[in-house]
Amino acid sequence: MNAKTLMYILKRIALAVLTVWVVITVTFFVMRAVPGGPFMGEKAITEAALEALEAKYGMDKPLMTQYVTYLKDIVTRLDFGPSLKLRGRMVVDVIADGMKTSAKLGLVAAACALSIGVVLGAVAALQRNKIVDKVIMVFTTAFVSMPSFIMGSLLLIAFAVTWPIFPANGETAKGLVLPVVTLALYPMAYTTRLTRSSMLDVLGQDFIRTAKAKGVSAPKIIFGHALKNALIPVITYCGPMLAYIVTGSLVVEQIFAIPGIGRAFVSSITGRDYPMIMGTTIVLAVLIVVMNLVSDILYKLVDPRITLE
Amino acid sequence: MNKTPFSMHVNVDDFIPATEDEKSYMVQMRPSTTFFKDGMKRLLKNKIATASLIIIILITLASIVLPAFWPYSYDQMLGVVPRKPVDPSYNNLSPFQYGETELERMAEGEKIFPHVFGTDSAGRDYFIRVVYGTRISLSVGFFASIIVLVIGMTIGSLAGYIGGKVDLIIMRIVDIIYSLPDTLMVILLASVMKVTLGPLIEDTVLASLGSNIISLFIVFALLYWVSMARLIRGQILSLREQEYVLAAQATGARAGWVIRKHLLPNCISVVIISTALQIPNAIFTESYLSFLGLGVNAPMPSLGSLASDALNGISSYPYRLIIPAVVISLIVLSLNLFGDGLRDAFDPKLKS
Repeated sequence: MNAKTLMYILKRIALAVLTVWVVITVTFFVMRAVPGGPFMGEKAITEAALEALEAKYGMDKPLMTQYVTYLKDIVTRLDFGPSLKLRGRMVVDVIADGMKTSAKLGLVAAACALSIGVVLGAVAALQRNKIVDKVIMVFTTAFVSMPSFIMGSLLLIAFAVTWPIFPANGETAKGLVLPVVTLALYPMAYTTRLTRSSMLDVLGQDFIRTAKAKGVSAPKIIFGHALKNALIPVITYCGPMLAYIVTGSLVVEQIFAIPGIGRAFVSSITGRDYPMIMGTTIVLAVLIVVMNLVSDILYKLVDPRITLE
Repeated sequence: MNKTPFSMHVNVDDFIPATEDEKSYMVQMRPSTTFFKDGMKRLLKNKIATASLIIIILITLASIVLPAFWPYSYDQMLGVVPRKPVDPSYNNLSPFQYGETELERMAEGEKIFPHVFGTDSAGRDYFIRVVYGTRISLSVGFFASIIVLVIGMTIGSLAGYIGGKVDLIIMRIVDIIYSLPDTLMVILLASVMKVTLGPLIEDTVLASLGSNIISLFIVFALLYWVSMARLIRGQILSLREQEYVLAAQATGARAGWVIRKHLLPNCISVVIISTALQIPNAIFTESYLSFLGLGVNAPMPSLGSLASDALNGISSYPYRLIIPAVVISLIVLSLNLFGDGLRDAFDPKLKS
């Protein structure tokens, strides 16, 4: 690792920290800009009760003081304050609870998407323009064009309603099959297309021809030379893929009734539970930003020839 | 013949009328083609892109024309007649079924327009709701892309042309917005603006659109211009070093003139392609937000909200989910394929 790479990594980390700060700031001020404040619910509330509530949550102080306190609580203690709708629970606990389920779902989906996608993409590239390649490309094009909520609902109709092979709610291990498939199909299709095009690119390079001329065996060329290089662009996709899985889990958990962080987020939006919305947005955003950071740095380390801005 | 260069004698041979044979050299065998014509020719040769274009045009025309002479409207509850109790026989009709009063009128020999896709749980004709939802989704996608195009083009070309500190500051802002998790921010902004905008736009023209659609547009305008701006800045950076720009500047052209007359027309193909690919993206996002309940205001339907509503009765009426699902996938798929075709036809360099 030379000084230039180190410089790049430091710059990239600085950008990530800045992004997280922007997310927290935007979230805070956007939520405070809501007319009526968080306590104006369906029920009418007396002036005195409102003042008491605001004092309790520190909302009678000046806006900047509140902002500094909020920022400090997050950075030092990971404290997003109490939830407004779930009585007596801290936002961070609700998020941690939901995260356990969601992380399991997301990680399995990501692993499936990457492994199947790379294999299919490599097969398609090696069989270029033959029937296998064409079938793979048709299906991946279709999957890329289908929103996750539609995919999930169609799978639900097919495999939980018409042919009840899997349960409709995803609480058991068997019930996680459909949600994982729903979440994994789009990134899998994308990985397939990405691997295919980069594999085709690599297969046309001179060093592959040299290896062939030297008499290197076909499996060794494919795995040792071609695939190794073709996988580099796939690394950059890991960040966006995680972002997709996080946002996709919002609808997938809704469809299959999975008690994860996505469902908690959606119900906090409909229930106007402001601390919960802020906390979840920030946690998920940090997750995505960090994953993007890691995949960018890995990309740079794996192939030092690449010069990024 | 006189070969002295300064002689005033004229070479008479130069003035002999041309023979037919000589004239035929000057006849244009094939008219020279413009960039646009050339691209269109290549585009129309691409069968997949042409088929996608036809599908898009058909769907668009249907969504514009059909509501005009369909006998039902998207928010008309067929079971509700003034001064009469609500007739529940109109709710949840299967395709091509009729409500009770309609059956009576048919027995009397009257012709009733069929409910092609049946009705929904509130007794509204489902076919026209799907058509209307398609119209909403398409127009959201189209206008959101236009907004993104205008903002991205303005900021990107300014950053690229002026350069220096302006460019640096704009590009840092672009970097930050680019690394924001967009969908999360969209959800956050949409959920807040839904509440904030409502009272603000009351009694204006915008109110008829509904606060949710407006907030959707604002969110797009705030977040999605960055990739367009980046793209155009990159193009302008390389174009502004060309000689014709120097020539224009030397004759005293102002920045705005150079950008509008020389730089933007030269990156038009990149702009068209990325706008075409932006539309399905916007439709995707709109349907996603509608599915989460943050999209268009009820009773206005969009394809996403129709799918979301259908989820409640999924075991009894699966077709109500499948119909909007098929329409939305068809639109997004054909727009994507058409965008790919546009890219291949108008910018062979970009071909991936």
